[in-house]
Formats: sequence, structure tokens, C-alpha cells
Amino acid sequence: MFKAKVLVKRRPSILDPQGMAVEKGAKHLGFNNIKDTRIGKYVEFTVDTNEKKSAEKEVKEYCDKLLINPNLEDYEFTLEEIA
Amino acid sequence: MKPKFGVVVFPGSNCDHDAYYALKKIIGVDVNFLWHKDISLQDSDIIILPGGFSYGDYLRTGAIARFSPIMNSVIDFSQKGGKIIGICNGFQILLEAKLLPGVLLKNKSLQFVCKDVYLSVENDNTFFTKGLNKNEFLKVPIAHGEGNYFADEFTLKSLIENDQIVFKYSSSDGKINDESNPNGSLLNIAGIINKEGNVLGLMPHPERSCSPVLGKNDGGLILNAIVKNFMN
Repeated sequence: MFKAKVLVKRRPSILDPQGMAVEKGAKHLGFNNIKDTRIGKYVEFTVDTNEKKSAEKEVKEYCDKLLINPNLEDYEFTLEEIA
Repeated sequence: MKPKFGVVVFPGSNCDHDAYYALKKIIGVDVNFLWHKDISLQDSDIIILPGGFSYGDYLRTGAIARFSPIMNSVIDFSQKGGKIIGICNGFQILLEAKLLPGVLLKNKSLQFVCKDVYLSVENDNTFFTKGLNKNEFLKVPIAHGEGNYFADEFTLKSLIENDQIVFKYSSSDGKINDESNPNGSLLNIAGIINKEGNVLGLMPHPERSCSPVLGKNDGGLILNAIVKNFMN
């Protein structure tokens, strides 16, 4: 069994109004060094297989078909074997 | 013969009844609800994916609805040239299903915008818009938090070249500029069709402006044009 941790990031070319709004809040709080805030997503789940290759394949498919919209987002993930 | 409409009901759809009522009671055509777990389109001639918050907008708007059993039938139907209209959340679902290109981002203001806007008919030579007057700007309501149309440069260029931009947000006298753009959409895009011309997605709600009693009928002009074009 594997634990998958997927990080979903907005593509650099896509405007992130949410990140910009949050950064405005940071400025109000006096965080003057904070710049380029971008908000993404974190998804974790387990993959019930003993083979790392097949786990990788399944995670990729899950990301490409459902978790990610390639127009908008990029992703990276890690797999960690668990008992 | 008048077309038979099918309105898909997803969990979280909330304009399904508005669409049903507008088509049945005001436009005067046959309509059926199509449950998202069903496969049959019940011999519908035109499918409507209505507005709402299908699956609570979880993950991304339209992302989960796109995998409902009925969507396989809708995709098949589109590939055979079947006519499909996605309104608001329905538009978002069509983008997730890749029946239309691009994506809808959060409104630039980050606010949910609910108000009447004006639409300029940019292409009046489609199944959905033939018969509409290009010089009359349609007053139709919008109600969405994520209607900010975005596409990469290549996609945008192809939309322009193929005349796929059908509706743009404008002022009441047809000015298309930042002031008449309610959500930050590229080029003030409010509605597009696919290259083949049988799939329309739009953020404004024609079904909410069909009733003379409510003092709004411009959405009815769009729905009536569609019915008329089907009969021709």
C-alpha cells in the first residue's frame, strides 16, 4: 500500500485572483516582504497495491482525468510505501 | 415539428426548474428532466445542462458532474451533431468535459456577481443565434462566482478565427470594454460554441428572463430563436 501526496499548483501563466486578494490581507497585517502568493491544493490518499510502478500509473491517471484541469493547473506527487 | 428539450438534473443543479418552466410554460415546447444517473436522453432533440452548483462545486466547478453516467450519453450525442446548451454551471461542465475549449476562473473581483448584464450577439449565424438582431443588445441576468473566461493564446486565436465567440458582455448600447465586463473574462466573452457549431456554453441565464410578467424577455428571444431554427 502506498500513501500518495499530490500538490496541485496553478500554472504560472494563469492569474490567481485569490492569491492576490490574500496577499492584500498580508500587506494590511504588515507583512511587507511577502510577495507572489499563489494558492494551490493538496490532496492525499492511499493506493492499495504493492507495486510502485502501478501505483504511480494510477496516481497519474487519477490526476490527469479528475484531480487536475490541465488548462489551469500543474501537479507533482510523492508516493511513500506504508504498511 | 417543435424540438423536444431534455434538462439534465445533477445533484446541486438549481436552475433546472427555471429552464423547464421557461421552455414548457413560456416558450411552449416539450421538456423532460434527465436524471444524472440515467443514460437515456429520452429522445431529446436539444439537451440543456442547467445552472447551479453540481456536486457543490467540489474540486473544480463542473469537474465531478462531468463524470455522471448521463454525460457519456451527452458526449455521444454531441459527437453525432446533437445540440447542447450549457448555461452557467452547465457551461463549466461542458468545459470540464472538453466539449468546449478554455476554462472559467474565479471572477476577477472575487465576488459572486448577480445582476442583469447586456449581451452583444457576435455571431448571428449559428443554430443558437440565427434570427437574433446583432444591433439589439440583450438584457439577461448573470449569477456566478466563477465566470471569468480564460483560454491560452492559441485557443483564443482559434476561437476568433472560427467565429466561435457567440456572446460578449457589452453596455446597453453595445460598447464592449472593461466597464461592461462583469467578471474579467478575456475579450468580454460571455458565450462560445464549438467548431462544429452544435454545442453552446454561456454564463448568462436566458431561462431567467423569459417572462413578460417579470418585465424581462430577452432570454426568451434566444430560446425562441433556437426553437425556430430547429423547425427550419
